[in-house]
Amino acid sequence: MQTKRPRNINPLSISLPIGALVSITHRLSGILVFLLIPLFLWGLQISLISPEGFNVIRDYLQSPLYKCIAILAAAGLIFHLLAGIRHLLMDLHIGESLKAGRFSARLVILLSLILLILFVYKLGRVAL
Amino acid sequence: MSLGGTGLRDWLVQRYTAVFLGIYTLFMVGFVLIRPEVTYEDWLGLFASPFMQISTLFALVCIAFHAWVGLWTVLTDYVKPPFLRYLLEGVIIFTLFGYVIWGIFVLWG
Repeated sequence: MQTKRPRNINPLSISLPIGALVSITHRLSGILVFLLIPLFLWGLQISLISPEGFNVIRDYLQSPLYKCIAILAAAGLIFHLLAGIRHLLMDLHIGESLKAGRFSARLVILLSLILLILFVYKLGRVAL
Repeated sequence: MSLGGTGLRDWLVQRYTAVFLGIYTLFMVGFVLIRPEVTYEDWLGLFASPFMQISTLFALVCIAFHAWVGLWTVLTDYVKPPFLRYLLEGVIIFTLFGYVIWGIFVLWG
């Protein structure tokens, strides 16, 4: 359909409402977690093969590269899980108002950051 | 290409699989957190139990359905050329199917 209305197709020039930000990040984190599935399966496979395999994964988690990947995976998983719980609660008609939606969106971001920091702290101890 | 005719079935599949995957994830996090260090014996013992093997396989099947509904939605929203969309959908279906098969090998191989 052709319209004369101005169209702004640069997403970076738009200030997203907090709910929209959580929504798009929920999608992006879902794609991220999907892309990391082979890494999870590979890690599970190697870690179960033998004690040596288990140590291989443990040693990998000491290297900066794999630490970064683990943190990225945790970030995606934590956010996707919390944003998903928010969605499920809304499906049960809990927190559906605009005010509650904005509050829970902020809560999801805050809790995700806290849990991610705890994960990084725990991961850091693997190296000690 | 959606799972159900009306979309309601997709919606339900997305939610039911989400609930199971959430519970599975919390269980795994709990397993790691309740002990100071996870040893190979702990880890092997966990995945050697039939309950955990079945649960993990079920989680993989849930991931396959959950990811399919989610990625189908994303592709439908953002990938407009039909050929490219169908191609990507095909790749995703085979990839997810492969992950389930791979999981069976990991759990019982």
